[in-house]
Amino acid sequence: MRFRTFGKFRKFTATLAAVLVAAGLAACSSGPSGGDPMTITYWASNQGPTVQRDKEILTPELEAFTRQTGIKVNLEVIDWQHLLDRITTATTSGDGPDVVNIGNTWSASLQATGAFVDFDDATLAKVGGGDKFLATSMSSTGAAGITPTSVPIYGLSYGLFYNKKAFEAAGITSPPASWSDFLAAAKKLTDPAAGTYGISLAGASYTEGAHFAFILGKQHGGSFFDASGRPTFATPQNVAAIEQYIALLGTEKVAVPSSAEHARTADAVADFTSGKAAMMIAQTNTTAAIAAGGMAEGDYGVAPMPINDPLPAGGERVNSHVAGINIAAFKDKNTDGALKLIEFLTSPAEQVKLNQEFGSLPVTKDAAADPAFQGAKTKIFLEELATTSAPMPMVPNESQFETTVGSAVKEMLAQIAGGKPVTQAEVQAALAGAQQKLGGTG
Amino acid sequence: MVTPVGTRPAVPAVPRTGRRRGWSPSRRVLPYLLIGPALLFELLVHVIPMLTGVSISFLQLNQFYLRRWLQAPFAGLANYRIAFDLQSEIGLDLLRSVGITLAYSAVVVSVSWLFGIFGATLLQSSVRGRSLLRTFFLIPYALPVFTAVIVWKFMLDHDSGLVNHVLAGTGLGDGNTFWLLGDNAFISMALIGIWRLWPFALLTLMAGLQSIPTEVYEAAEVDGANRWQQFTGLTLPMLRPVNQVLVLVLFLWTFNDFNVPFTLFAGSTPASADLVSVHVYQSSFITWNFGLGSAMSVTLLVFLLVVTSLYIAVTSRRARNA
Repeated sequence: MRFRTFGKFRKFTATLAAVLVAAGLAACSSGPSGGDPMTITYWASNQGPTVQRDKEILTPELEAFTRQTGIKVNLEVIDWQHLLDRITTATTSGDGPDVVNIGNTWSASLQATGAFVDFDDATLAKVGGGDKFLATSMSSTGAAGITPTSVPIYGLSYGLFYNKKAFEAAGITSPPASWSDFLAAAKKLTDPAAGTYGISLAGASYTEGAHFAFILGKQHGGSFFDASGRPTFATPQNVAAIEQYIALLGTEKVAVPSSAEHARTADAVADFTSGKAAMMIAQTNTTAAIAAGGMAEGDYGVAPMPINDPLPAGGERVNSHVAGINIAAFKDKNTDGALKLIEFLTSPAEQVKLNQEFGSLPVTKDAAADPAFQGAKTKIFLEELATTSAPMPMVPNESQFETTVGSAVKEMLAQIAGGKPVTQAEVQAALAGAQQKLGGTG
Repeated sequence: MVTPVGTRPAVPAVPRTGRRRGWSPSRRVLPYLLIGPALLFELLVHVIPMLTGVSISFLQLNQFYLRRWLQAPFAGLANYRIAFDLQSEIGLDLLRSVGITLAYSAVVVSVSWLFGIFGATLLQSSVRGRSLLRTFFLIPYALPVFTAVIVWKFMLDHDSGLVNHVLAGTGLGDGNTFWLLGDNAFISMALIGIWRLWPFALLTLMAGLQSIPTEVYEAAEVDGANRWQQFTGLTLPMLRPVNQVLVLVLFLWTFNDFNVPFTLFAGSTPASADLVSVHVYQSSFITWNFGLGSAMSVTLLVFLLVVTSLYIAVTSRRARNA
């Protein structure tokens, strides 16, 4: 009996060792998926109010794709907090999905990894050709002069959301177009004793901080990178841009004080829908979150984000970055299947359906002309995306720029919330420090 | 049943069947066979990743080489030079982060130990509801970290948090404090760290106290020692081996704590709560400089090894001299 048990034990250990070695080898492999050519994996970003809601929206569309092509799609919706980590890990291990959504501001950084299929002319032709996309959306698909490695799927731009009733009560007849009008309106709408404020910000979100530093920086004639891609953070123009943004909470005192603690746009939306804040500057798809917060569509209006008037010397009329989501295919996977899915999701019919559901903007010319996107609010966002938006710096260091500059802005807002004003010298020093962090061996 | 020494129990004769006898491991091989699977997993889960991390610290591994990370150029000690360069923002930030982590460990370990020893001493005496109290005190340790920290996050929220609400209601504060921003973020993080860890100290010290024979205390009482003298003269010295391990484990856990700051600040960690684990994560995953992140990790590994070795050497010597 004892001997038989040991025989079994021996077999067990041998099997275990074989399994472990096989698992180890499988984990190390980075070759083609090589499995079923009729199955692909798709990592979608979280576009709707919840991951679950995204699954509900995407599943019937992917089933339609399966009926059309015979290719089965394994869908995973990943929240934004983890998406970049998952992509980075997949890139290193070679064990990733076939198709993935990426934030379009990451395009150049991820392009540099060489993990994604190049969208050269021949590949673009397989997804319907590069001409079908809006030019501005295509401007955020990678570094200039290098073949893009992603194409747009959802478009977004910043706009000013305002509470119509609050405006009426304060005697404000039209939404502000210039920054000075915006500040005047925000002051009128601010009454700390009543707990109401002009605006709410997602002040603890480093991405929001970086976006506003970039947009207002453009208005001040600043740039965070020079033509050769070297960082130029601590310029007087960029300092002025950040001072202008943090003044909303600091010297102007028109922002909800807890804005400094808001890590997500949803927190600012909650202030807006509850009536605590009369305005917020947020991206297109915030409409879905506002509806989820119980505010009727007729109760709020949308206007372009206010612009400095007059513009400082060298300033540009920019009031949004080319925001949005791109879609890419991992190399050494089921590229044919992946491109078919990308073609399907960027087809006119799917662009209309999906962007309507997610409250985002179409990125193809056909879909942008669809009656579904001719509403007054949507047209404002589309117009901004097409005419007054600029792509975030398309340099490999872009994600580091967002982290370092955005975090610096976030810390400055926290300092103000803690009762300590931020001086111009401190802004300058914070930007210089952020620039130094971009150094290293990278 | 006792078998007499020197005699062999009668073994019934087993007829030989002619089957080949299976392989039987010798006494020398058996321990290695038994430890084998654990060793294999240890290699796969700890040793190989650790050695990989060390090798990455000598590479210029950034987004350009992520996909072909084995082909990343050799950087020599460049990553270490950057991490240690106190003239640069990167080196200064790392030093600041180590300082914050040491302060966090010191506060959490010392307060957790104090609460633990206080609670364990109280629960040692036969008070009513002792079992209930023990269970109650262990709840924070039993709760999943993520869930517990999320609840804390809600409670510490500026606008709708329970903490500000209670402080304002009781007149102990103005209810307008930002607990998750600025320097207060460190206090909040340390509070949660203590709340999570002191039950472990309690549990360990309770087990330690139970191993001290009651006769020792009875003898001390006969000699006229009061409670405090018994505590300092008997309890503490007899708990020394337990404390030695407990403090080391608590220190290592708090020094490497990632879950609390990461969950509490949702990836937007304030400067005052920039623990070294989060700092390394930021350096690696957010700025995509895995070579530099690994160099920082290796430096900390060496630091922890030195601290642990010194601690064990000092405490063991004291124990031998006692």
